[in-house]
Amino acid sequence: MRLISQIAEWLDARLQLAGAIRETAEHPVPRQTASWFYVFGSGALVIFGMQVVTGILLALVYVPTAGEAWNSLQTLNHSITFGWYIRALHGWGSNFMVAVVLIHMVQVFFFGAYKFPRELTWIVGVFLLLMTLGMAFSGQVLRFDQDAFWGIGIGASISSRVPVLGPWIVHILLGGPIIAGATLSRFFALHVFLIPALLIGLVGLHLLMVLKLGINEWPMPGRIVRKSTYVLEYHELVEKDGVPFFPAAIWKDLLFGGFLLLLLALVAAYYGPFGPSGRPDPTIIQTAPRPDYFFLWLYALLSLLPPQMETPALLIGPVVVIAGLLLLPFLFGEGEKSWRRRPVAVLAIALVAVVLGTFTSLAGHAPWSPVMDAWSGAPVPQQFLRNRTALERQGALVFQLKQCHNCHALGDIGGRRGPALDSVALVQTKDQLIRQVIQGGGNMPAYGKNLSPAETTALVSFLETLHPAGQSPARDASRSLVSEPAPQTPGEPRP
Amino acid sequence: MTVTDNMTRRILLVKLGVLFNACVGALLAIPILRYLLSPAVAGRKSSYQEWLTLGPLTQFPEGQTRLATFTNPGVQPWDGKTADSACWVRRIDANHLQVFAINCAHLGCPVRWFPQSGLFLCPCHGGAYYEDGSRASGPPERGLFEYAYKIQGGNLFIQAGELPTPGNPSASLTTIGKKLPCA
Repeated sequence: MRLISQIAEWLDARLQLAGAIRETAEHPVPRQTASWFYVFGSGALVIFGMQVVTGILLALVYVPTAGEAWNSLQTLNHSITFGWYIRALHGWGSNFMVAVVLIHMVQVFFFGAYKFPRELTWIVGVFLLLMTLGMAFSGQVLRFDQDAFWGIGIGASISSRVPVLGPWIVHILLGGPIIAGATLSRFFALHVFLIPALLIGLVGLHLLMVLKLGINEWPMPGRIVRKSTYVLEYHELVEKDGVPFFPAAIWKDLLFGGFLLLLLALVAAYYGPFGPSGRPDPTIIQTAPRPDYFFLWLYALLSLLPPQMETPALLIGPVVVIAGLLLLPFLFGEGEKSWRRRPVAVLAIALVAVVLGTFTSLAGHAPWSPVMDAWSGAPVPQQFLRNRTALERQGALVFQLKQCHNCHALGDIGGRRGPALDSVALVQTKDQLIRQVIQGGGNMPAYGKNLSPAETTALVSFLETLHPAGQSPARDASRSLVSEPAPQTPGEPRP
Repeated sequence: MTVTDNMTRRILLVKLGVLFNACVGALLAIPILRYLLSPAVAGRKSSYQEWLTLGPLTQFPEGQTRLATFTNPGVQPWDGKTADSACWVRRIDANHLQVFAINCAHLGCPVRWFPQSGLFLCPCHGGAYYEDGSRASGPPERGLFEYAYKIQGGNLFIQAGELPTPGNPSASLTTIGKKLPCA
């Protein structure tokens, strides 16, 4: 014990840091902020530290070349002791990081912490969020598999739509004319050097401002922020009702950080590493690329936006969102902090959460993507074939052979790109069905050139059988007058 | 000489020091920026596209659309399989073809050809194209990207080597005017 204190004294005589560290650790914070609501920032810091450690461990084995990256991930997964686990920790750590950063941001927003004088802390936080997302995307690229390869292609296609500069941006992003070795090398440099260096610097700045300006006090309804009086009021609050951060508040941060790490360790052990999916070979086209979890909402948005709105939305949308986040503390720098008195703020968060949640959940089953093998892999369910004529069954064959099933479901099997056809005969008459099949329309391709008259007749007669038992199919009343004899009521005398 | 005079002189020297570093920095910035921007400078870009062979024309029967692969120009040994690209070759008749990029005109995913229904379908966001590459439905705003082609000595060549994107359809620009009516 004596030896330790002697070493400590020797070190401090040279470093002279003990005083500053003690002062920082014991700086007073408002009593109510020693709360479980105030642990998410430090939680994000703990996960970030974990990402740095597991990232360095992965870099000991990972080979950042387009030709070998995928192989080195296989080696990590299968040949190196606990290589799979380090990959799982890093991959799941990325998800944890995005989640905790978002929760931290929502908490800060609800508690009005972005208001005067903490505007810059919020702005730095916005950049930290963008860099966290940048790390998530570039990390997905380093997992150089099919999803990563086509994912960069999507990034390039989006960037190319920037007016005038688009093609130049694509070449600089890819490091050349195609997605290849140079592309992976530059994403490696971004993910391992550039963004982490900026992250570490900005995290330092973020923390420094938390210390200098003091942690945001617990918002009380009716306690209004005014630039002229706030700093004085805050100091009075801390003096009157302050507690030292160490040990009054830090134990909650420590427990939460430990809980996060334990949860991460368990999740990584249970679910294992992400991929890699198929080999990044551009000539293998039997692939349906999907983004990682936190970009699923974007995948849904890109599928659902009307084509003509897509480019403006892609180019203007992010600018508006980022500008809005950066301007927030200047537009609403004073006033009520408590979320109880800020219904618009609460509704805005609820709206964003519902929108992102809906898009993410939609992207989980991607109804807009054709099921590419439904025509050959998913048969027409039996109930649609029972007691059918030869012509109608021939129509069911046409339905399969012409890939209709890839976009249209029958009995919940098949694609959802177009409407399910289980009861299509109720809403469309025979003539309407023929027209729809031949001419397409309403987002359906025209099949006129690829169906013979015989095939069309068979297909439509099959489609006409698709209605619930006991409900008669749609009929064109005028047509029956012209071309068919009027139905006879039994017992009525013939004219 | 007073103390103030002395300090003024020192401040002038500090300013000179800053200026000197700024000049050297600006000088160094030229090669650094040229290095960073090199993938996009005009001199290198002109070498991105070349005439590449897809092999003998006999591989592509008339009336059919088939997948072909090629190796991009200027690739490096460490590019591995990413040095290669794929494309769809539609042989209309003996001398007329269309060569489509594999990348969907929406966001670049690989489209697949379904001969039975005569459609190209994209697995990502559900874009669909007719057999002549024109847009059928879904999010794409245009038809498939087309490469310029030529037939020499019984071999099919295409002008390719650059990832076609909506903002830089590269190859398709050269085929405007040559495009055949729908067959």
